[in-house]
Amino acid sequence: MSDTVIRIDGLGKQYRIGHVRGPRTLREDLVDLARAPFRRGTVDDGTVWALRDVSLEVKRGEVVGIIGGNGAGKSTLLKILSRIVAPTEGWGEIKGRIGSLLEAGTGFHSELTGRENVYMSGAILGMRRAEINRKFDEIVAFADIGPFLDTPVKRYSSGMQVRLAFAVAAHLEPDVLIVDEVLAVGDAEFQKKCLGRMADVSRSDGRTVLFVSHNMDAVQRLCGRAVLLERGRAVAAGQTAGVVAQYLARTEGPSAAGAWIDLSSVERTGTGTARAVRARYWSDLDAAGGRPYPDGPLTIGLAIEAVASCTIASLAFTLYDLQGTKLVNADTIAVGRTLRLEPGERQVTLRIPELHLNPGVYVMGFWLAGPLNAIHDYVLAGFELEVVALQAPGLGRAPTDDGMVTCRLELLDAD
Amino acid sequence: MGMTPVDQADKGHQSGATPVITIRPPKGWAPLDLREFVGAHELLYFLVLRSLKLRYKQTVLGAAWAVLQPLLTMAVFTVIFGRLARLGSDGLPYPVFALAALVPWTYFANALTQAGNSLVDQHQLLTKVYFPRLLLPLAAVIAGLVDLAIAFVLLLVVLAWYGIAPSPRLLAVPAFALLAAASALAPGIWLAALNVRYRDVRHVIPFLVQIWLFATPVAYSSGLVPPRWRPLYGLNPMAGVVDGFRWMVAPDAPASGTGLAVAVAAVAILLTAGLYFFRRMEHSFADVV
Repeated sequence: MSDTVIRIDGLGKQYRIGHVRGPRTLREDLVDLARAPFRRGTVDDGTVWALRDVSLEVKRGEVVGIIGGNGAGKSTLLKILSRIVAPTEGWGEIKGRIGSLLEAGTGFHSELTGRENVYMSGAILGMRRAEINRKFDEIVAFADIGPFLDTPVKRYSSGMQVRLAFAVAAHLEPDVLIVDEVLAVGDAEFQKKCLGRMADVSRSDGRTVLFVSHNMDAVQRLCGRAVLLERGRAVAAGQTAGVVAQYLARTEGPSAAGAWIDLSSVERTGTGTARAVRARYWSDLDAAGGRPYPDGPLTIGLAIEAVASCTIASLAFTLYDLQGTKLVNADTIAVGRTLRLEPGERQVTLRIPELHLNPGVYVMGFWLAGPLNAIHDYVLAGFELEVVALQAPGLGRAPTDDGMVTCRLELLDAD
Repeated sequence: MGMTPVDQADKGHQSGATPVITIRPPKGWAPLDLREFVGAHELLYFLVLRSLKLRYKQTVLGAAWAVLQPLLTMAVFTVIFGRLARLGSDGLPYPVFALAALVPWTYFANALTQAGNSLVDQHQLLTKVYFPRLLLPLAAVIAGLVDLAIAFVLLLVVLAWYGIAPSPRLLAVPAFALLAAASALAPGIWLAALNVRYRDVRHVIPFLVQIWLFATPVAYSSGLVPPRWRPLYGLNPMAGVVDGFRWMVAPDAPASGTGLAVAVAAVAILLTAGLYFFRRMEHSFADVV
């Protein structure tokens, strides 16, 4: 018996433009029929291939990430494999029970209680009644909804709804689990719990998982292999780190690395004698699209405009996380050098040799002050920048419950 | 491309251990795959349960509607057709005559409407998870049987009220209920599949139900239909069901075996054709809905 669980060959899905969404009316079809009674269907609308010529083989126990931008065909691929839509061409074969999780709370109804929804959703996702009975307590414990089990779901907070929905799905035991972006919802703590659960499912039970996500960090933690889709075609496949690097190199983050970002209209305080008007940043790695990555260098170029001569004794940039915690305050006052400015624009470059931040989106701000603490310019939130996940090959996996900053670690007395 | 793996898929199903699912472009008319429904009975059970629970949670009167709907219609029919139009009622008190027809008719009309709208109403399921699509109209038709049972008890109460002794013929009710369910399911799956593609169908359904009501001996006796039209009339399976219900309650109503056979044959043909049509259409439901 072969160990290949999923095999697809030349899979393609074509949609008619104008047919992509929404039903037709009978009148439209009758009009078409009257115009061309012997032609079947409508061909003159033009067509789009949402997916074209995608081939893939997945072995038992593998976790494969499907990545790509919006409209790349990721969801279409998962829907075809879940048998929700039929392909236009190609074929595929899947061995074993398929469980697909394309949204949190499939089969949920807000009028039903948590208990009723667990059964309903479980049954729709393909669980047997006995199976749900057996896992019921486990599901409720995982969801952590406590005393609200017999309350209609419409009275739940959205967080509780998502937790319960995912808890049901997380206890599915199909041979092949197909998951689309469900982790995009829910709080960070619960997301980590879900990721942990999915990792367990594949590692200990030998189940095969196909995982679509925009969260490159999650993809790298979970998936040994990844496929990059672009405009419906598989443009890269292989080791996750390499494929993610290709994806990052092709796409842009919250603000593009290397390009000048206009700061003239951001909110700021200060005297305005000198102001940071433009900024740019980059790392040294083309594979990451020049974006910063954990423990990599971060270089910042700053264009400062002065309206009068002045001295800058403290030129700083700050990095906040999205919750507003200040993580980095890199200040030239620590370097002990001042900057003499004449009226006009001047560019300076700052560099952090190692940025000890884990992957995530951070907010960069700036601070320009004179020697006597005269604050010329204070920008709390200039722009967002993304620290991307990039696993250097052979360096092991990122821990599942990771902190905000990176640290070096040595194992001393291993036997 | 993609035509060969069919056989492998079949083998996989038979072995039972690991099913092999084959994905390929739809081929147009395809044979019915009834194996798919093996093991789907639990999901069907939950879908029926869900539809019942929702109905009783979202309405103030809940199960009372199952009684009120035929009872109020009976009152209206009695006044208009019994008193004003003075239509014959085969020797039964007109209210009993009307209710005996309204019990299966109300079930049929509701089941047909709900089956016809089942796919569109639950489109969020169609686009997010795979299951045999036929379960949705089927669940709608089955869930209605609970209301039919309640309404049937109402009929027994009204019979007792009019002092009509229950006949052993009443034991035939499962057979007529089954025929009524099949009569609703057959057009129901046609309409459900068409509804996904043409939303006009949602507006056609109430109209269709209304026309069908006039073509069924609910307010009047089927004895009023001229003999030469009888064969055509008999093609309406609900005529057979309604006559069957009257046969169960009226001590001396004539039995119409041939009429019933025609009704069963008509349903069987419409249902079989509907199943093939549904199977042909179901591939595109998630694309279009």
